[in-house]
Amino acid sequence: MTRALTLIRRRLVGSIFVLFIVIIGTFLLLEAAPGDAVDAYIVSTGGDAGMIELLRHRWGLDQSELTRLANYLWALLHLDLGQSVTFSRPIREVILERLPTTLILMVSATALSFGLGSALGIYAGARPGSFRDRFLSVASLALYAVPGFWLGLVLIVIFAVDLRWLPIGGIETLASDKTGLDRAADIAIHLILPVSALGFIYLALYLRMMRAGMAEAWRQDFVLAARARGLSRRRIVLAHVARNALLPLVTMLGLQSAQMLGGSVVIESVFAVPGLGRLAQEAVAARDTPLLLGIILTSAVLVILINLLVDIAYAFLDPRVGASEAGA
Amino acid sequence: MSGFTISRRTMLTGSAMLLATTAMPTLGWAQTPKKGGRLVLAADSEPRNLNPAIVASNGVFFISSKIVETLAEASFDGKDGLAPRLALSWEGAADGLSATFKLRDGVKWHDGKPFTSADVAFSALQIWKPLQNLGRTVFKDLSAVDTPDDLTAVFKFAKPTPFQLIRNALPALSSVVPKHIYEVGKIEDNPANNAPIGTGPFKFGEYKAGQYYRLTKNTDYWGKDEPYLDEIIYQVLPDRTSAAAALEAEEIQLAAFSAVPLADLDRISKVPGLKVITKGYEGLTYQLVVEINHRRKELADVKVRQAIAHAIDKDFVVKTVFLGYAATATGPVPKNDPQFYTADVPTYAFDVAKANALLDEAGYRKGADGNRFSLKLLPAPYFNETKQFGDYLRQALAAVGIDAQLVNNDSAAHIKAVYTDHAFDLAVGPPVFRGDPAISTTILVQSGIPDGVPFSNQGGYKNDALDALITKASETLDTSARTDLYKEFQRQVAADLPLINVAEWSFISVASDKVGNIANNPRWAVSNWADTYLAG
Repeated sequence: MTRALTLIRRRLVGSIFVLFIVIIGTFLLLEAAPGDAVDAYIVSTGGDAGMIELLRHRWGLDQSELTRLANYLWALLHLDLGQSVTFSRPIREVILERLPTTLILMVSATALSFGLGSALGIYAGARPGSFRDRFLSVASLALYAVPGFWLGLVLIVIFAVDLRWLPIGGIETLASDKTGLDRAADIAIHLILPVSALGFIYLALYLRMMRAGMAEAWRQDFVLAARARGLSRRRIVLAHVARNALLPLVTMLGLQSAQMLGGSVVIESVFAVPGLGRLAQEAVAARDTPLLLGIILTSAVLVILINLLVDIAYAFLDPRVGASEAGA
Repeated sequence: MSGFTISRRTMLTGSAMLLATTAMPTLGWAQTPKKGGRLVLAADSEPRNLNPAIVASNGVFFISSKIVETLAEASFDGKDGLAPRLALSWEGAADGLSATFKLRDGVKWHDGKPFTSADVAFSALQIWKPLQNLGRTVFKDLSAVDTPDDLTAVFKFAKPTPFQLIRNALPALSSVVPKHIYEVGKIEDNPANNAPIGTGPFKFGEYKAGQYYRLTKNTDYWGKDEPYLDEIIYQVLPDRTSAAAALEAEEIQLAAFSAVPLADLDRISKVPGLKVITKGYEGLTYQLVVEINHRRKELADVKVRQAIAHAIDKDFVVKTVFLGYAATATGPVPKNDPQFYTADVPTYAFDVAKANALLDEAGYRKGADGNRFSLKLLPAPYFNETKQFGDYLRQALAAVGIDAQLVNNDSAAHIKAVYTDHAFDLAVGPPVFRGDPAISTTILVQSGIPDGVPFSNQGGYKNDALDALITKASETLDTSARTDLYKEFQRQVAADLPLINVAEWSFISVASDKVGNIANNPRWAVSNWADTYLAG
């Protein structure tokens, strides 16, 4: 347990530095983008010089960049994410409203791609070079090559428009007043298509890694030893080969969480899911700097936490890793 | 409400009209409106401020016009193109210094309080004039609103103001909000801006960010037996392809404002149970315009501008960019405007040889590489069509030896580049014609506008004669004299080409056959929908 605590402490100290860099970087990047929140706003309204000046003043955009950055950091020190200019609401509220949706989507999609990916990887890697191995490799690569929005649209056309088995989008039935289990079931049904679209794309990664890891493990001495001991093929595949190939996948899981967040931007748009990804896209278009900073900060914290969890899991799965880090 | 008036005016010519006639059979059969039901429709954006008195824009009206009403609404067959809403009659004084509105009796706010002339006076003086994006211009000379009784509001102007302008501005600019809600605290921070309270046929229900807006029936509405619908749900569908899918899956019954892309219309019109409707947007005409930066010496030469006009094949643009759902333009007022439009203006037929000759004449001969000069071309990103026209324009200019380099930006960056930084030579813009040239059209060519004002003359164009004409028209009280001045305005703009009008278009609705009373006024999508119904 102390080993894990040391790890957590080290990581947290490093993370704060990372978050600081992330904030400054995002802020500068957004400032470099031409046009501000008022420019984005007046696209749909127009307005005279007086109105534009009024808006810039109300939204604090007449202050210098440095002042705004300093103000933001000062507020952040007090754990205040500030006010969104486009929503005219506290950013913490806006983000908390969307975070659960994105988390459910990400966790389900990760479970799908990791679970199914590694299972199929074991299936393929059990007999490297066989027909099923080659078929699965090609099929999963094809899925990986497909753009997310396209896969989403195809799923919509087949399952929502033609077959009408599933809803075309949204996170739950609109204004249905469902509660409790009914609501949970409703959300689950709405999640099937977006989770599939997001999960199937990354499935290939886990499948290929698992398969490659297994192909590698087959050549190891301990497999030969297991064979020599006369263990069943099934036992060798599951207990010896697959188990050894699993470790890199766990690392991948952590790295993948950041990409998953990126992928959810597209999927959330296609399926009209009210999550963080879509919010980020809207924040960029609206040049809502504080909102985007809030979202990026939340995402960064999320990715850091997931990687921390992965490291802890790793330490438990493979004692050598944790020991060397904690001991160093 | 009057029945559906098909082709009373020939609004958009060409295949758009053809399409309207093919849609007629389903629309023409009058059914007795049925009560009840929930109308679900697609919304592609989520306006943050839903107060139409502050933000007079189509995005806000789309939702808020059902909740908050205006003094009058646009109409196909009403006098001066108007139908009464909160005002029953209106009259301007001969001296242009006052306008009297008689208001509807027995109207209640959604919170039960009575609607009176005090609400109109408050909205006009405290909101339209100082805060509203369009009202700040139109009502700039409004000095007071007298309320001799609860049902009379007399607008007083410091300077003579043409009543024709006020009248034409009513449908978009005159949303009335309750004084008793807004007189407390800062108007911009009032919670009612996000949950509007009005007099309309529907009450604001709830808003789930990223998901939907829900409006519910106002059982105390002044319209007899209205509204018919129990609920309206705006489902937020950010992806443009998903509106078509949602219609086909029967999850929504209506996609307005061209939520279904033009390229999908042909296919979707063949889906049983769905209809494509091109009417109901005549009062919301967008103009495809080439904005010109006159600071570039080449473009300051009228011959070069005329050459560019000759280089553009407007018919081709209508056919390929708009797939026929548009009309070619002749000048700064669209053809479908019933009051001001004149066809009697200089025109520029598609003629590459003539364009080349004009450019030679102007002294810009082709170099060894076949180019005369290079330009920066910025198409506005707000519509697919403006982007596609940018691609076309680049090719059309190449054909006459002008090398145009496309610069693509997102909305905020485009606004800044064109209207604040003037970092363009040519831009493609979609200004809106709002029923009167003085609302948002003359500003496109007038000089002396500060930097940073969007959808205005930021191209450095200055023409004293045209400026004088615009000023004169803004002060002319007699309706027919004023109309004639705007006809002259169109002639001068078409002759000197401060900008080039290419085409005019509006939006398309796709709806389930079950939705009744669609498109029965020229601003239907942004009107109150009191008579919209769902057939069984």
